[in-house]
Amino acid sequence: MKALQYEEKLLWEKERSDTPGVDLPKPKFSPLRTGFQAREAIGLPQLSEPEVIRHFVRMSTWNYSIDHGLFPLGSCTMKHNPRLNEKLARLAGFSQIHPLQPQESVQGALALMYELRSILSDLTGLPGVALSPAAGAHGELAGLMTIRCAHVAKGEGEKRRVMLIPDSAHGTNPATAAMCGYQVRVIPTTETGRLTLAAFEAALGDGSDVAGMMVTNPNTCGLFETEICEISDLLHKAGGYFYCDGANFNALVGRIKPVDFGVDVLHLNLHKTFSTPHGGGGPGSGPICVSGALEPFLPAPIVVKEGANFRLLDCSDRPATCGRLKGFHGQFGMHVRALAYILSHGIDGLRAVSDKAVLNANYILAKLRNDYFVPFNGYCMHECLLTDRLQKENDVQTIDIAKALIEYSFHPMTVYFPAIRPGTMLIEPTETETKQSLDRFIEAMKAIALAAKDPEKRQALHEMPLSSPRRRIDEVKAAKFPVLRYWARLPNPNVFKNSIN
Amino acid sequence: MLQEIGVSSIDELFSTIPKSVRKENGFSLSSHKGELEVERLISGYAQKNHTAHDGPFFLGAGCYFRHVPCAVDAIIQRSEYLTAYTPYQPEIAQGTLQVIFEFQTFIAQLTGQEVANASLYDGATATAEAVLMALRVTKRNRVALAAPLHPHYLGTLQTYLPKDCLFEGKPDSDTACIVLPSPSFFGETQDYTYWKKVCNETGALLVVVISDLLTLGLLPPPDVADIVCGEAQGIGLSMSFGGPHLGFFACQEKYLRQMPGRLCGMSEDVEGRRSFVLTLSTREQHIRREKATSNICTNQGLCALAFSVHMALLGEDGFKSLARLNHEAACRTADALVAIAGVTVETKQYFNEFIAKLPCNDAKDVVTKLAKKKIIAGFPLDGGRLLVAATEMTKDEDIVALVTALKEVL
Amino acid sequence: MKFTKDHEIVSIENGVALVGITSYAVKELGDLVYIELPEVGKKLKKQEVLAVVESVKAAAEVYAPLSGEVVEINSNLSSDIEQLKQPLDNGGWIAKLRLSDDKELAALLDQAAYDDFLKGLS
Repeated sequence: MKALQYEEKLLWEKERSDTPGVDLPKPKFSPLRTGFQAREAIGLPQLSEPEVIRHFVRMSTWNYSIDHGLFPLGSCTMKHNPRLNEKLARLAGFSQIHPLQPQESVQGALALMYELRSILSDLTGLPGVALSPAAGAHGELAGLMTIRCAHVAKGEGEKRRVMLIPDSAHGTNPATAAMCGYQVRVIPTTETGRLTLAAFEAALGDGSDVAGMMVTNPNTCGLFETEICEISDLLHKAGGYFYCDGANFNALVGRIKPVDFGVDVLHLNLHKTFSTPHGGGGPGSGPICVSGALEPFLPAPIVVKEGANFRLLDCSDRPATCGRLKGFHGQFGMHVRALAYILSHGIDGLRAVSDKAVLNANYILAKLRNDYFVPFNGYCMHECLLTDRLQKENDVQTIDIAKALIEYSFHPMTVYFPAIRPGTMLIEPTETETKQSLDRFIEAMKAIALAAKDPEKRQALHEMPLSSPRRRIDEVKAAKFPVLRYWARLPNPNVFKNSIN
Repeated sequence: MLQEIGVSSIDELFSTIPKSVRKENGFSLSSHKGELEVERLISGYAQKNHTAHDGPFFLGAGCYFRHVPCAVDAIIQRSEYLTAYTPYQPEIAQGTLQVIFEFQTFIAQLTGQEVANASLYDGATATAEAVLMALRVTKRNRVALAAPLHPHYLGTLQTYLPKDCLFEGKPDSDTACIVLPSPSFFGETQDYTYWKKVCNETGALLVVVISDLLTLGLLPPPDVADIVCGEAQGIGLSMSFGGPHLGFFACQEKYLRQMPGRLCGMSEDVEGRRSFVLTLSTREQHIRREKATSNICTNQGLCALAFSVHMALLGEDGFKSLARLNHEAACRTADALVAIAGVTVETKQYFNEFIAKLPCNDAKDVVTKLAKKKIIAGFPLDGGRLLVAATEMTKDEDIVALVTALKEVL
Repeated sequence: MKFTKDHEIVSIENGVALVGITSYAVKELGDLVYIELPEVGKKLKKQEVLAVVESVKAAAEVYAPLSGEVVEINSNLSSDIEQLKQPLDNGGWIAKLRLSDDKELAALLDQAAYDDFLKGLS
């Protein structure tokens, strides 16, 4: 350990405290009515409050975050998380209420949810909204179940078992389709990185077995699907529904309504477009917006306004619903944060968001197009796609470029996704970044490209990062000999015998 | 910047979008509001809610009113945890990764299982994932329910599973697993050993569902189970009107490759230092795509951190004390209630939640009347039954107030 | 030795096929981590999934090059996945299939055809 660079063991490896870090009242140890003996030793660690705080603070210093700097992960929309959101979500009137209290006692919470669903409906142009899905992938599931339910109601559930999905889709799309019992039929995307009517027609066939298509727009290459209107028309004529993955809504918000390019169901990521914090991998929130025709089939519960009052309608109130997808009503804490963000921006602010997001991505694209291979021509939307084709000639790959960026104090961009070209790098700066911030990133990328060309400098790229809390990690060992928890004695001690702890 | 790109306006960058889509739309959303106004508006919503601090509070049913030490919030508000992403670049995410590794250890220890994942959305979805996994592992088609399950968990299972998959009754050779909520939705604690024997007769898996992880501070661990899943909101997280909460999932090591969700494992870096990294990702959606074990992408990262901080502060002694305090509060509440003429407690063995049978038919009406007196009496069920919960937050005055109000209303 | 365009390698004797994956496929996968073997007795049609080989970043299906019943599996691979890099008849095999349809043999590629196919890929 030296000068603010800490090592920190696991809780179970630290010196045990005799007393807990929380001063609780003493139990009376009256006779138990549980029907069982009291639990014996669990083996939990025990530390004082200062020791607990030091433990977690030291570990936090090993993390990069949005608050440190540019976080250019394509399709993740790593924008600033406003702290007003955090203050409001913590108000006792929101955090200390129970989801099953009599609804008359939580009209404020229901009113907030109603305002949020109304705004999301306005922004997308789709009238039906369910706020309950817990994350993007959960929203996808909700969307597909809504579609499935609609087909079943028309007596076409058995007939329509196919979901059309482009090869560039995020893995959650086909995984969700499979969870819903659909068979995935892939639509190949072409030299232009976009869906074409021709490729779609070929995949559609006569359409009688097709339940719908799952399309991300703008797509995962950062491009707007220019033929989307013709494609969705054809899909609709064949009786299918258009599910739109809203991961890239940051390019469209406040400017374009998805209903205008034929969308029937859209999921939104409140933790992407609407700034709720990523928290190291969650919690998120993935509400879905649907057309009027699909509204009856939405998952339960949904919030409605009846005169001056607000009410949650559960399964028993919604006979056509596809059902409940989780406990309670959704990630209410994230609803509060998203509403705060939306009201703070307003329609003018949201349009400025999509403007700046698209401007920033195009700026990076323009400045780097001579240093890196750009597979698709033209302007991008809120994210731009590069590949390592030029660097590969010198045996420098996307992984090396990414790890070198770490050494330059950046979190890498999304790598090896979408997989339709080898060595892809998907860069999404978001509207949060200033020109100065972008310039620093561009400088780093240019320096890496230059180093790749230099026979003396390029070996160093394979060794990077050098200065981060840990350097490249042995992922093969982790997968071959999985150790997923602390053991007082390791099951495979020889595998890790050289580990410096 | 526009010059560098080679355009004269930002609008030009949107020119690839077909004209028919580029309407100059009427959005109804108003223009931006300043920080003061947004605070005022949203606080206005908060003020219209009756909170658990505003009066006696006896509602549980899968979401619990507990005391969360301030240190938890101080940690989860740190930038490096709050605004970090999923740890896909482990070199600069060891903080998040070690937190997940510690979380997985806590869950494995508490449940008496060998491995645990990095968390799922909530108890209901964790139960659905557990059942889906049992169906995959056994290649059988039906699922038996051993005891009354939380209606939301049941609703979720019914949505995720094929029709007629769930049933109540004796398992047979086509039963993939027995789902055993412990305690049951009505508060009754369960005998895992008995149900494990039943499972062994037909080779079904035992899935134990725990809707309040604090119960395992006092009750024995379900180490005979194949899968243990449920809800950990009761530790480290406020109720927050139902979300975000914290689903957990643990199982025997032999099922490791069939587990849904993220897994964090131990390894080394090129300098031989112990390091943590997401592993066994080939089960997950971003690689297996339609063959993935689930479509799950997020875990409940920050919620898992809050849980771990709270567990670290409680320690073994504190965790067990907290569990006992909850049980003792429930016992005192039950004793006070049965002293009311006509009230009986139906649940024979309980942790911190039980059914009170009232001398009336409409428990919902009783709850509504008590709510007007600022008392949240519990969750109403059919036949004049009330699901009552108590926690370490339950004061003796609360119990007195509840009894007084019930006597007035019944 | 016969080959398929999915990089399976097959050696047939007395109606039983020894199935593995080619060295090209092993190289493409990168660091091997795990293999999901079929159950003995499983009946497969040609092109159905026989096994799944995992590396850190990918999970690749191994397809049955011919229809048949799994009569033996190479359980050594479960404890030593590196064996997959060995020659087919010296530890690198995955499963033995008792074939059910001789007519399918004609569709397999010989060494020359497979080598040409590989040239076309790069």
